[in-house]
Amino acid sequence: MRGKGSSSSKISTLIVDDDPIIRRIHKVLLTKVGLETQVVENGKKAVDLYHSGASFDLILMDLEMAIMDGPKATKELRAMGVQSMIVGVTARDLEVEKQMFMASGLNDCYVKPLTTDTVTALVKKLKKDN
Amino acid sequence: MERTQQHRQVAHMRQSLFDQGLLDEQFVQLEELQDDANPNFVEEVVTLFYRDSARLVLNIDQALDKSPLDFSKLDSYMHQFKGSASSIGAKKVKSECTLFREYCKAGNGEGCMKTFQQLKKDYAVLRKKLETYFQMARQVGPVETACRRK
Repeated sequence: MRGKGSSSSKISTLIVDDDPIIRRIHKVLLTKVGLETQVVENGKKAVDLYHSGASFDLILMDLEMAIMDGPKATKELRAMGVQSMIVGVTARDLEVEKQMFMASGLNDCYVKPLTTDTVTALVKKLKKDN
Repeated sequence: MERTQQHRQVAHMRQSLFDQGLLDEQFVQLEELQDDANPNFVEEVVTLFYRDSARLVLNIDQALDKSPLDFSKLDSYMHQFKGSASSIGAKKVKSECTLFREYCKAGNGEGCMKTFQQLKKDYAVLRKKLETYFQMARQVGPVETACRRK
């Protein structure tokens, strides 16, 4: 599944997080693994991007964000028919909180920050699904 | 020879940060992301952490000055702070964040205040040690890939 936002054959990713440290870490991590990345600070900006016609193969969605949080943004994207892989990333490690986030329409959920191994596994899964 | 000695000193200093329980595996993950495209990535992220978390420290200090304490707000601030500390592998600071949050859940204001005083000390100590480490590392130049803590 090639994102409309991607101008190359690289997998396109959208990092949605209000934490500048996580945005920086994930951007470098994803770029290092060979992915194209774009970064926004909250769920509303992610939804707005899709409304404007952009699309991404993979979205890393933070749970807690001002303006529009991860669950709300994920629900809106799914309601729009977005089928991109959406992976939740959260500092919350309680199972019940993760389940709540998953229920909004995620494909998976991880504690942040992600590791190289996790991203590599996600890329493998994306390529397999396509 | 002297250069090798300097490299050894830098490596020893780095290892001591782990041995003292100040850093954990996440710091190693950051080191592994550092390369020619991002040659100062670790220092950059640590600098970003201290810059970004200063606001949270102030917020928590101000919230601890209020009466009665708003434990929900304090917990929320500390959740953010803990997340940031985890991102750079600040192990000791992170565990103090966890303790603080436990005191919040228990509604123990004194526990929160004592823990936060200690946290601020350890946060400052880590900053100083990392600044010294980065300075030394810059002086001796790039070393081979950081070896994992044994």
